[in-house]
Amino acid sequence: MVDLNLTINTELAREILTGFIKSEVTRVGMSRAIIGLSGGLDSALSYALAVEALGAENVLAVRMPYKASSKDSLNHAQLIIDQLGSPSKTIEITDMVEPLFNLDPKISNMRKGNIMARERMIVLYDQSEVFKGLVIGTSNKTEILLGYSTMYGDSASAMNPLGDLYKTQIRQLSRAMNIPAPIIDKAPSADLWADQTDEKELGFTYEEVDKLLYLLVDQRYSPQEAVEAGFDEKFVATVTTRIRRNQFKRMQPPIAKVSNRTIGYDFLYLRDWGM
Amino acid sequence: MTQRLLLRWVILFSDKRGKIRKMKINLALAQINTKLGDVEANLAKHLDYIEQAKSNKADLLVFPELSLTGYVLQDLVASVAHKPTEEDPIFKHLLKASHDLDLVIGFVDEDSRHRFYIASAYLSGGKVVHVHHKVYLPTYGLFDEGRFFAWGDSVRAFDTRFGRMGMLICEDFWHASPPYLLWLDGADIMLFTSASPGRGLNDKEQLESARWVERVAKAYASMFTSFVVHANRVGYEDGLYFWGGATAFDPNGEDLAHGPYNEEAITYTELDLNQLRRTRARLPLLRDERTALTRNELDRILSRG
Repeated sequence: MVDLNLTINTELAREILTGFIKSEVTRVGMSRAIIGLSGGLDSALSYALAVEALGAENVLAVRMPYKASSKDSLNHAQLIIDQLGSPSKTIEITDMVEPLFNLDPKISNMRKGNIMARERMIVLYDQSEVFKGLVIGTSNKTEILLGYSTMYGDSASAMNPLGDLYKTQIRQLSRAMNIPAPIIDKAPSADLWADQTDEKELGFTYEEVDKLLYLLVDQRYSPQEAVEAGFDEKFVATVTTRIRRNQFKRMQPPIAKVSNRTIGYDFLYLRDWGM
Repeated sequence: MTQRLLLRWVILFSDKRGKIRKMKINLALAQINTKLGDVEANLAKHLDYIEQAKSNKADLLVFPELSLTGYVLQDLVASVAHKPTEEDPIFKHLLKASHDLDLVIGFVDEDSRHRFYIASAYLSGGKVVHVHHKVYLPTYGLFDEGRFFAWGDSVRAFDTRFGRMGMLICEDFWHASPPYLLWLDGADIMLFTSASPGRGLNDKEQLESARWVERVAKAYASMFTSFVVHANRVGYEDGLYFWGGATAFDPNGEDLAHGPYNEEAITYTELDLNQLRRTRARLPLLRDERTALTRNELDRILSRG
């Protein structure tokens, strides 16, 4: 196996990412941000970066449990809230999602999971108006590439500080930022149903897939070269297919082009235009 | 000093017009953040930095690439273009300011046939001394300059009140030939400007792109036994991170100054032009450069096809 080093300079990462959050929030004339805390590592790290960038008083942490959510998730979210001391809210989503679940007795876990993720997005964007803060995203590079997220659900945000860091790099930065150990050490999970873990559902570990993604994406290896570098052929095929199939989740929906100038094709401006 | 000695001294340190040339330049490198597409707001920042540099007795203040406009302009290009003339509502202020100190300004230049260039203007004494149009437009990876801009087609050194200089913009000096041409065209001071986005976070002390730029600027100073200075912007544009870190290297390739990363700043340093003589007396790379051999081989290589 080729020797791979995904280690990052955490000091530099911290400086760039907090600078990014501050810049994106203040350039639109705002000073506050809001973030949904699942109790997991990604949201804990995004939250810690937002607090460092904007000050604890300017960040609202929102916990949004469902009745079947693990108690650990709630407790772990509280751990980091207590550590960083920002304002927080707990808004249970059970009463919002159950009526929809009840319309179809045969509803699958997948559908329930998507509904919950989208409900949390609705709550966050509503609270964003109340708190006058921008929604900070928590998706990492691994899950964006694998499409391991709910479109317009957990992937919805006003800005994403973590989207160019692999999960294993998130762990490294989290240790450097003193995220509580129980949050770093536990198995990553979307906590949409009991005993769900990311790695069980994906069928491989983050450690393995991050190395492969790093070769395929960052180092521009072809799938064949990745196999020659020591990765299992089937694993490489599974991952490359996943990346391709989930391209739609990473994009705005295509617009049928009929005019002389179409938004997204030849009407091109950055979001930071004039800011 | 006897009359004769004084005369010799004047001849030795005079430029072509017989004016006594200053042998030490107080150089200032500005690393600013910009407001994307808001030229007036960026002009105000320029004038503020010019005031600061003036009060610190700077002779020359260098602003980064596209300092008047911001970097990822896309469809904003036409609306932020300006001509470096006294009639231009933006440049008239900068030309006026250039009576106090020389300025390098980054902007979008529009020619008389409405082609738009990424440009740097050297202003001095109320006049435009030289304009450089970027000759290498990166159109790969996260760059898309070739889609929106016209390619410059010349690399020229130019005379200033401090001696002969050359200007290059970012990707221009990622290629070895433009600095080489400036060297042969007589530039002893190379002014590099960038809006360089940081890429390649790993376990090193700085991003890969920042380390690369610093390494090549230092290498050019060493190989061309010339002063090489670099001004790069700071701030963010849609998640692109500009790292700053202004640098100045002397003709020995030694560090003269290093600005901070990731924050607005002016970095000051003194360029002692006598160092050119001392270095080249020791290391006559310029004297020994075989330009005819280079031309012959280029002719051969280019005619082969």
